[in-house]
Amino acid sequence: METTRLLPDEDEHSAPFWEACREERLLIQRCDDCGRLRFPPRPMCPDCNSLEHSWVDAAGTGTIWSWVVVHPPVLPAYNAFAPYPVIVVELDEDPTLRMVGNVIAEPGAAINSVAPGDLAIGARVRVAFEDLEDVTLPRWVLDD
Amino acid sequence: MKDATAIVGVGQTEFAKAIDQSELTLAVRAIKGALDDAGLSASDVDGLSSFTMEPNIEVEVARNLGMENVTWFSQVGYGGGAACAVVGQAAMAVATGQCQVAVAWRARKRGARTSRPWAQVAQRIEGPAQWSRPFGLLRPVDEIAVLTRRYIHDHGATRDHLCNVAMAFRSHANRNPNALMHDKPMTRDDYFASRMISEPLCLFDNCLETDGALAVVVTGTDRAADTPHPGVLVHAYAQGLNAQHQTMTNFHGEDPLRGPAWAAADLLWRRADFTPADLDVAQIYDAFSPLILLSLEGYGIVERGEGGPFTDDGNLELGGALPTNTSGGGMSEAYVHGMNLVVEGVRQLRGTSTSQVDGARTCLVTSGEGVPTSALLLKAA
Repeated sequence: METTRLLPDEDEHSAPFWEACREERLLIQRCDDCGRLRFPPRPMCPDCNSLEHSWVDAAGTGTIWSWVVVHPPVLPAYNAFAPYPVIVVELDEDPTLRMVGNVIAEPGAAINSVAPGDLAIGARVRVAFEDLEDVTLPRWVLDD
Repeated sequence: MKDATAIVGVGQTEFAKAIDQSELTLAVRAIKGALDDAGLSASDVDGLSSFTMEPNIEVEVARNLGMENVTWFSQVGYGGGAACAVVGQAAMAVATGQCQVAVAWRARKRGARTSRPWAQVAQRIEGPAQWSRPFGLLRPVDEIAVLTRRYIHDHGATRDHLCNVAMAFRSHANRNPNALMHDKPMTRDDYFASRMISEPLCLFDNCLETDGALAVVVTGTDRAADTPHPGVLVHAYAQGLNAQHQTMTNFHGEDPLRGPAWAAADLLWRRADFTPADLDVAQIYDAFSPLILLSLEGYGIVERGEGGPFTDDGNLELGGALPTNTSGGGMSEAYVHGMNLVVEGVRQLRGTSTSQVDGARTCLVTSGEGVPTSALLLKAA
């Protein structure tokens, strides 16, 4: 199993997010009662405790909140790309909407295609999508 | 429960990268050692406190050691967040009369590849990790590196500060014959020449892979008067889980750099008769060097953002403002989920540390920042 890339195991709360990725849409939960946006997906709004929510399209733009460069040894499927950067993106809609992801040079490029020297906290990024097996992962390209 | 209970015995095995004994053997050796140290026998024990990650269940521990009826047992979750909690909960159980003598322990064969949680992943990632692992944020060090980069950005900390932490703990390990890194001095050049693991963190920002076990015995302060060593008082204890916390990948709250330590510290200091300025020595959970900076701030030893500069001038070293991790800690003595930090806190207040702080009367011990955590204030009797 270790030679295979890790992929999300969709559950009843996360499935709408991953399903939308297959359509190249980035969806965020919004509380139907108080309007709070939340990520990662979960059943209850922490502000008003409503169980009712809708999924809304995020603009797919944000800034790099932090980033690391992962060096070996890691799982074999990731060793092939190491060292590679991983970023945390703060979405423009709300500063608490932060997503872990990978920055790539262009759609379809590998997760080590951007030199770490080109990264900085605060850099603008825009979402792209990559199909892996039956899953589609959001990726990010620098947006200057 | 302030000062109502005391740690009267400590025990441990040797520490090594690989010990050719089972985790159960290690656990019962450490517990037997702690009971001998306390002048008690297994039949005196009626409380058992362990980690949910502990591989040895109470049943096996009790029947190997030959315990009689055990009336209280419990486990605490979240790995490195639990070491102070297993002791604190044992103290609560003694203080409330649910048991008279409680043992808290941790045994671990970390060196065994199968014991590394991050190496046990299935290809399909469930739960919160589905939002990070598929993107190659795989190991605990990768997750803490995210917080570290942001911390450096927000507060102007530097790798020199992280090096200060590593150097301080290594210097203490070189005075401790039981430390894995004893007899292995480290220079600043060694630190900066070491390979990167997850930038901005390098090899020497990481704790050690260790096999070993430790145990402590907790009983009522009245009973502690009769034990061979003066009991070390459990002065205050708290656990901490902060708002909107996500374990290890705590990136989603309003202020991700203000983690569980702040939640634990609030209760801890409200329960205490002394303040951070009164600490003689500290044992701060150090799976990774930046956790020291965050914890110094979280527990109110310095203001927000001042954790980095506080590491200058040898402040963390023996003879400094707050000697910290005086046995070498997780980074240079052994990484046993922080139980060695509790035991070293006891040694300091007994006056038996290999890096003894003269006249130490108060010690802060903390568990992992970045996970639901816990902390203890220990006081000499």
